[in-house]
Amino acid sequence: MNSAPTLDPAPNAPLLELCNVAKRFGSRAVLQDVSLDVAAGEFLTLLGESGSGKTTLLRLIAGFERPTAGEIRMGGERLDLLPPHRRRVNTVFQSYALFPHLNVRENVGYGLRVKGIGKNETSERVEQALAMVKMQDFAGAQPARLSGGQQQRVALARALVNRPQLLLLDEPLSALDANLRKQMQSELKTLQREVGITFLFVTHDQEEAMALSDRIALLREGQLEQVASPREIYARPASAYTAQFIGQTNLLRGEIRNGIANCGVLRWPLAAADGAATFSLRPEAIRLSGDAVRRNTEVKFRAGIRQQLFAGASELLEVDAGAGQVLRVRVPPSGVLTGEHELVFSIADAVRVKES
Amino acid sequence: MYSRSYKSLVSLPPLLWVGLFLFLPYALMFAHSLWIVRDGVLFHQWTFENYRKLFANPVYLEVLWRTVRIAASVTFCSILLSYPLAYYLSFHARARKELLYQLVIVPLWVSYLVRGYAWKTILGSDGVLNGFLRYLHITHAPVSFLLYSPFAVVLTLTHIYTPFVFLPVYASLEHIPRYLVEASQDLGAGPLATFRRVVLPLSLPGLLAGATFAFVLSLGDFLAPLLVGGSSSTMIANIVQSLFGAAYDWPLGAAISVCILLLVVALLFLTERLEKRWAFR
Repeated sequence: MNSAPTLDPAPNAPLLELCNVAKRFGSRAVLQDVSLDVAAGEFLTLLGESGSGKTTLLRLIAGFERPTAGEIRMGGERLDLLPPHRRRVNTVFQSYALFPHLNVRENVGYGLRVKGIGKNETSERVEQALAMVKMQDFAGAQPARLSGGQQQRVALARALVNRPQLLLLDEPLSALDANLRKQMQSELKTLQREVGITFLFVTHDQEEAMALSDRIALLREGQLEQVASPREIYARPASAYTAQFIGQTNLLRGEIRNGIANCGVLRWPLAAADGAATFSLRPEAIRLSGDAVRRNTEVKFRAGIRQQLFAGASELLEVDAGAGQVLRVRVPPSGVLTGEHELVFSIADAVRVKES
Repeated sequence: MYSRSYKSLVSLPPLLWVGLFLFLPYALMFAHSLWIVRDGVLFHQWTFENYRKLFANPVYLEVLWRTVRIAASVTFCSILLSYPLAYYLSFHARARKELLYQLVIVPLWVSYLVRGYAWKTILGSDGVLNGFLRYLHITHAPVSFLLYSPFAVVLTLTHIYTPFVFLPVYASLEHIPRYLVEASQDLGAGPLATFRRVVLPLSLPGLLAGATFAFVLSLGDFLAPLLVGGSSSTMIANIVQSLFGAAYDWPLGAAISVCILLLVVALLFLTERLEKRWAFR
């Protein structure tokens, strides 16, 4: 940190600022006009399908690629003009990228050695970092002898030992099997709280993004679709794309006329201007109607059960509300259901989204 | 599963080949080195006389030592030329990569003899290089040390064997995953430190393989000293050649050959062990 008070960034200034960043490879625009602030200590996830530009964005911040346009600033200073080795940023690579000719201890100590930090301090910090990821027993091992999960931990220790201001993680868990993945997610989250370093995490797995992040930045074809906390992006998706990408949803397409929303057989009062409208209605927002009372805030409809998938903690129903309108409904385990049933959802749960 | 008769049928040709063209000649060479020639007649009489003669005569050892020096120089110069070239091609050439690669390989398709004669033409008293130097008024009389000197031999052999060093070095550089280079930079190492700590160590097996090629091939070379070397740069293979030819002393020639063979085998054994130790994954 700079000690001169005039140069100190304001206490609430973002650690990382992306301003209108664009990247082209030849004629292909990979990123367009991306602007994003990352606060210090935040766990921010770049979420997107493959080809959405999330890895490219990470590589721009790490310095392996140069932006075609725009600026990247860290702590208020230009980052995109520096070569990668001068940036106070470290990366955990998807392939781990451990040096095969160095053992675990040498791998973790690499960053400190090239910066000319003394032997004693280096070995102390390396031991600490290895203990942090519970790999101290493997300090003398060659990377090739480690399992994927162990290599992952070493890669994490190798980055964290440098105490970067910002840690970039490029799909670090994608090569692990499902169980290990869940375990590493939880450890990663704990670790991030402990060290207090800003994490910029790339993944294509929306569940992972939801579980880990303070905020999610959803990328779509090189542009930011929505940036919000997991709860908000789930409850208030801005677009049909977001609603479908994050979790499951029912997209209701229809129109608003004279203060009534009409979506197929479903209709409810809505104070909005006339015109076409799309709504996202989560499967769990719909429930089997227990009481006969129909309140003003709810929409009740009859639907035939087309399919019932038992998922242990819940049941996923596919229901036909009539006129070919199929909805997915998630309800608590309720035994085998057949025939027609009364279903109900709250008007507030039908979130109006941008069509896309 | 293959039947036993099929297996023996398939393994027969290579066994025959190895027996006829490797084992038999070596056995003959080894046997000859223990026989002796007296007054131009070969006696099939077992003796170590040839080996005694070999180590008693300083000329042979001197030539052997010169051969090793020349081979080492060729190896050194070939590495000096081909490593930077391979590095440039692998890491920085981008679109020009294919073309440059072909340009390095093309000389391999030209006959060794042609290349040897080419250097003779270039280096001679009335040669291209001398003509050029005089044209530029750098020299007035022809520079004579260019041709018929160990320098000429090293130059010619370096030209001939550089691709042999280039190829394995290039292959090993190409095999270094680029994310390792990025990881090094990411951890704060500049280009020089990245080269020293990551690229160079990971390319050592290829470098070693190339260096072994250049050294072993130069060690047994007899055409370059014949064409451009002159008497001051006679190499051990020339001695062997003359012993088998004009001097008609096959046993002594065979004894020298056995010594060179042992030297090369020892060297290959050593480099293989080193390569194994440096090979990762």
